[in-house]
Amino acid sequence: MRRSMLFIPGNTPNLLINGAYLGADALIFDLEDAVSPDEKDSARNLVRNTLKYMDLRGCEAIVRINSIDTDYWKKDLDQIMTQKPDLIMLPKTGCARDVLTADAYMTQVEQRLGYEPNTVRLMPLIETALGVENAFEIASASKRVAAIFLGAEDLTADLRCKRTKGGAEICYARSRMVVAARAADVDVYDTPFTDVNDDEGIRVDAEYAKSLGFTGKASISPRHVGVINEVFSPSQKDIDYAYEVMDAIRLAHEQGRGAIALHGKMIDAPIVARAQQTIAMAEEMGVGKAVQHE
Amino acid sequence: MEIIKKASAGTLESSDVYVEIEPGSRGIQLTLDSVVEQQFGQSIRALVQEVLAELGVTDANISIADRGALDCVIRARVETAVMRGKGE
Repeated sequence: MRRSMLFIPGNTPNLLINGAYLGADALIFDLEDAVSPDEKDSARNLVRNTLKYMDLRGCEAIVRINSIDTDYWKKDLDQIMTQKPDLIMLPKTGCARDVLTADAYMTQVEQRLGYEPNTVRLMPLIETALGVENAFEIASASKRVAAIFLGAEDLTADLRCKRTKGGAEICYARSRMVVAARAADVDVYDTPFTDVNDDEGIRVDAEYAKSLGFTGKASISPRHVGVINEVFSPSQKDIDYAYEVMDAIRLAHEQGRGAIALHGKMIDAPIVARAQQTIAMAEEMGVGKAVQHE
Repeated sequence: MEIIKKASAGTLESSDVYVEIEPGSRGIQLTLDSVVEQQFGQSIRALVQEVLAELGVTDANISIADRGALDCVIRARVETAVMRGKGE
């Protein structure tokens, strides 16, 4: 379950050591924008040691490396992959070739370290107009890709438009990313909401992203994590309905009936699939029936 | 491999440690200034010695200004200072 992803600057010990206590499902240890060029080596060592020695208390570890047009990205992978992070975030991914370049080097490193292929997954960060237009080929370029992630700050600079709270300027990019990800059968993550003091704004923005089909949302502030988790979690009403759907399906099978209705509405395959997703998530959150009955 | 030039890593911010290293000729000469000197001074010194040994450093003057850093942070900053001092 990955609803929220919290950015942690890679060269700031105070945040690195406390990240696991801030409620996010995943932590993004940032070696890219948050680190100045003359501190890249220092951040790399700090993140590697943090991954090696700190208990992340169940948080997923994602490391945003530097982009493949820099001199840093291979050194980042050489060091960081020794600690088997869950995911590598690849910034400024513009096309399938970028994914394949990173994938090929990650395969080499995995072989050198004796890991199974695709042990460390990839999350391309799409933050250019070219990347948005190539979202499906990026999402489906390699089995290593587990998710794609929209970065709206760089994207709007590339689009030569202003980034607004309403987000009209990224409406197309958001929809295109969701469609591309779902077509490629990978997860998709929404851009952070950057006004850390706007508690109502983050809720509206997260709810909108969820309504479009995003799996979850990134955050640059711990203050936003709770709202994101709440918005991207199923409600108790959703969970109860999902169990009702599965009970109705089971009963219908026992009685040899094909067509099933619940509360006067036909239950078809997409409704069952959604119910299964809801139950899986509820059980992972510890609020499913399997957990409640223990 | 030995330290060939003066180098530093880290900061004096809370939870961090500032490490300075320079070439030496009389083994490891370590000075420590820590906000938790009384409680953890001995274990910080031991950790620094351990990291230097792992990295093959036998002669160096190293000063540590600790601001309550955890072991993984001390380890990372010493590693960085050594790498920089070796010119890597």
